[in-house]
Amino acid sequence: MTSIGLPHFLIVGAALFSLGMVTVVTRRNAVGILMGVELILNAANVNFIAFNHYVDGPGKLTGQVFSIFVIVLAAAEAAIGLAIVLAIYQTFKTIDVQETDLLRQ
Amino acid sequence: MENKEAIAEAIQVGWLWLIPAFPLLGSALNVAFGPRLQKQYGKRANHAIAIGAMVLSCIVAEVAFWKMVAAEPGHRFFEDHLWTMLQSGALKVDLSFGLDPLGMLMTMIVTHVATLIHVYSTGYMADEPAYWRFFMWLNLFVFSMLLLVMGSNFVVMFFGWEGVGLCSYGLIGFWYEDVEKAKAAMKAFVVNRFGDFGFVIGLFVLFWSLSGGWDVQTNRYIPERGLAGAVMGGVPSQPRVSPSGVALGPTMEFRELRNQISDESSGMAERLHEMTFWGIPVLAFICIGFFIGAAGKSAQLPLYVWLPDAMAGPTPVSALIHAATMVTAGVYMVARLNFLFAMSPIAMTVVAVVGCLTALFAASIGFFQYDIKKVLAYSTVSQLGFMFIGVGVGAYWAGVFHLMTHAFFKACLFLGSGSVILACHHEQDMRKMGGLREYTPITRWTYFAACLAIAGFPVASGFYSKDEILWKAFTARGLAAPWIGPAIWLVGTLAALGTSFYMFRSYFMTFTGTYRGGHGHEDKERLEDPHAMAAHAHAAAADEAHGHDAAAAQAVAAAAPHQHDTSHGAAPAHDDHADHGHHGGVPQESPRSMTWVLIALASAAVLAGFVFGWPSAWAGHEPLLERWLSPSLPAAEKVPFAEFSHGTELLFQFIGGIVVAGGGCGLAYLLYNDNRSTVPARLKEMFPRAWGVVFNKYYVDELYQATVVRGSLFVSRAFYWIDQNLIDALVNFMGLLGRAVAYVDAAIDKYLVDGAVNGLASLTWNSGRTLRRVQTGHIQTYLFGALGGAIVFVILQYVIR
Repeated sequence: MTSIGLPHFLIVGAALFSLGMVTVVTRRNAVGILMGVELILNAANVNFIAFNHYVDGPGKLTGQVFSIFVIVLAAAEAAIGLAIVLAIYQTFKTIDVQETDLLRQ
Repeated sequence: MENKEAIAEAIQVGWLWLIPAFPLLGSALNVAFGPRLQKQYGKRANHAIAIGAMVLSCIVAEVAFWKMVAAEPGHRFFEDHLWTMLQSGALKVDLSFGLDPLGMLMTMIVTHVATLIHVYSTGYMADEPAYWRFFMWLNLFVFSMLLLVMGSNFVVMFFGWEGVGLCSYGLIGFWYEDVEKAKAAMKAFVVNRFGDFGFVIGLFVLFWSLSGGWDVQTNRYIPERGLAGAVMGGVPSQPRVSPSGVALGPTMEFRELRNQISDESSGMAERLHEMTFWGIPVLAFICIGFFIGAAGKSAQLPLYVWLPDAMAGPTPVSALIHAATMVTAGVYMVARLNFLFAMSPIAMTVVAVVGCLTALFAASIGFFQYDIKKVLAYSTVSQLGFMFIGVGVGAYWAGVFHLMTHAFFKACLFLGSGSVILACHHEQDMRKMGGLREYTPITRWTYFAACLAIAGFPVASGFYSKDEILWKAFTARGLAAPWIGPAIWLVGTLAALGTSFYMFRSYFMTFTGTYRGGHGHEDKERLEDPHAMAAHAHAAAADEAHGHDAAAAQAVAAAAPHQHDTSHGAAPAHDDHADHGHHGGVPQESPRSMTWVLIALASAAVLAGFVFGWPSAWAGHEPLLERWLSPSLPAAEKVPFAEFSHGTELLFQFIGGIVVAGGGCGLAYLLYNDNRSTVPARLKEMFPRAWGVVFNKYYVDELYQATVVRGSLFVSRAFYWIDQNLIDALVNFMGLLGRAVAYVDAAIDKYLVDGAVNGLASLTWNSGRTLRRVQTGHIQTYLFGALGGAIVFVILQYVIR
């Protein structure tokens, strides 16, 4: 039985990223898109942790610190994102991103 | 020190300009306020201005005259320099007036005769509605004439020369409603223009021939080569001076020119003798050019044709302009330029020969004219011929003397004829006059005195001047050949005989016999202007038709004045002249304003000869006028004359004074006294063709019509055709060419330039429309794009590597 190495983590990260990406691109619900963004951010967190462990060595905490930053940022982002979604809803009476095409103008 | 005498130094005076200024002022006042004054204060105001101006001018002229008398003969040159009008290279033109004895004489004649004629005009023109205009022109004329006479250089003289032409035009065409009169005015103006052309050419060549450079080696002034010499001239800052102190070089001033030529040390005279212009001796060229100008102004062959037609003007105008002053301008100019003419025997011969031919030619036309003013007109032409004989043969003072006496007697004759015309209700045909001695005694005697003067009877002035001229012609040896002088004498004597004949013919036809005048004033009235000049054709017809019914006409005549007045709207004019018999049935003497003038002129005509021209053969010393004029005529001594004894001279005077004048007078008496003789009518029937030729003035007018007028019309038509067909074609072709080029250019602009601009615009437009679809506003679409781009880069990464 081979031990779990860096590639496995990277595969998990890539899978998470792909799922997040697909979510962001395909979801019509603005909240769903925000959730997809969370997935992408977490995919990045997985990569940070994995590279920190396997490349820098176990004694270093650089990757962890970055991950915590990202989590904090993600929380802030989620708060602002949800506020925007609420504003969108108040303007358009929907949160379907297909309907909100004001940016075209 | 002979040279010193020849040089004329001028005395500068500051008031000569006043003489011409007064008439100019009078004219300006009448032109500005004349119509208003006439309406408000009557015609008195107008002639008060005009005559006042003339009187003031006369006074200044008198002052100048007496000052000149007081001066030494050698210093009788007054100059008044006002300002420099023009300076360009060697050409310097001043507005300056100069008086020498010759100019002084002319000024005195012009101002005094003009004043008299102004006075006369107040009577003659009393019925004229445009009274102010008449006096305006008259004053302007005197101004121009004084410029001509007093101008100290060629330019001022030429200014006056043209000015008198203009005033002559305005006064001949004074009654311009009549087309014939307007035409006569135009003819006078145009014919004069031919002459002026000669004048200007002569002046240019003279100016050119005077220019030159200073040759240090020979200490002489040598001619400039080529035509550019006159333009560059000498250096103005360094005037060339002859050894005796005369400034040399091109000049416009008469006095400077005279000094240059008279001063022998300058070598100017010899130089001019040697110079040629296109192979022609330059002096002959210059002098003949000037003489052409003189011939135009003074009505000599072949340019005399305008003067008889100029009789269309009012009679005072004929007297002043076309007898006494303007027409003598040519004679005056030749006398003024005596130093030039005397150097060229060819030019002298031309002047004298043309003069004597004109004298005879015009006298012969005068034989058979019926219009009293035409007789006088041809007589004027003829007398001017005599003057040119005088100045042509070198007897300058005699020509000028005749000019002076002619001014008196011819003005008197013209004014007398005006008085007659007025008495006969504007009839000018002598066949309808006759017997006027009973009605108009003053006019008759003054006319008679003037006839004696012009015929040259030994009491009156014409005798002295004419016989002096003919005698000088006989003895002249300064002409191209020695036999020309006596030949001129012969022709001139014949002309004098003719003069005596036609003048007494006019006298007898007018004043003797019984009054033949139809009282047909009223029927002519409707046909033509009351002031109409002859139009003898109408007159002849009217004679046949209305000459006999005198009794019937008498009755109508009483009503005539009123008709006349109302039809011409000149009623207010009659305030002080209503009683002068202007419109009555029977001829009456003219008003006093006219008869006094006649008396004054007649006495001058009779007396001027005694006073000024007492012949040297009688007195033993030279005549007064000759002595007076000699400072102005430096060339008079240089022209050679043959010497004859006093006895011979007296014989010639006898021939001229008694035989010729008496013969002409006697012949006229036989043929025309009391209008009884049938000889003239029979002669006319015997030689109808010859009579016709002379009566029709040798068909000269017709000849001119056929050659000059038709010729110029043909040329103008030819040029019109060329203009229409060649020049316009060229212009049209150029236009077409331009249009073609413009068409191509427009096409290029439209399809190439505009195409490029529009193409770019539509490309941008279309691509914008296409690319607009990319911007959907959907975040996800953009993300797709970004993702797609990333994937493409990733794939490229693999491929390129």
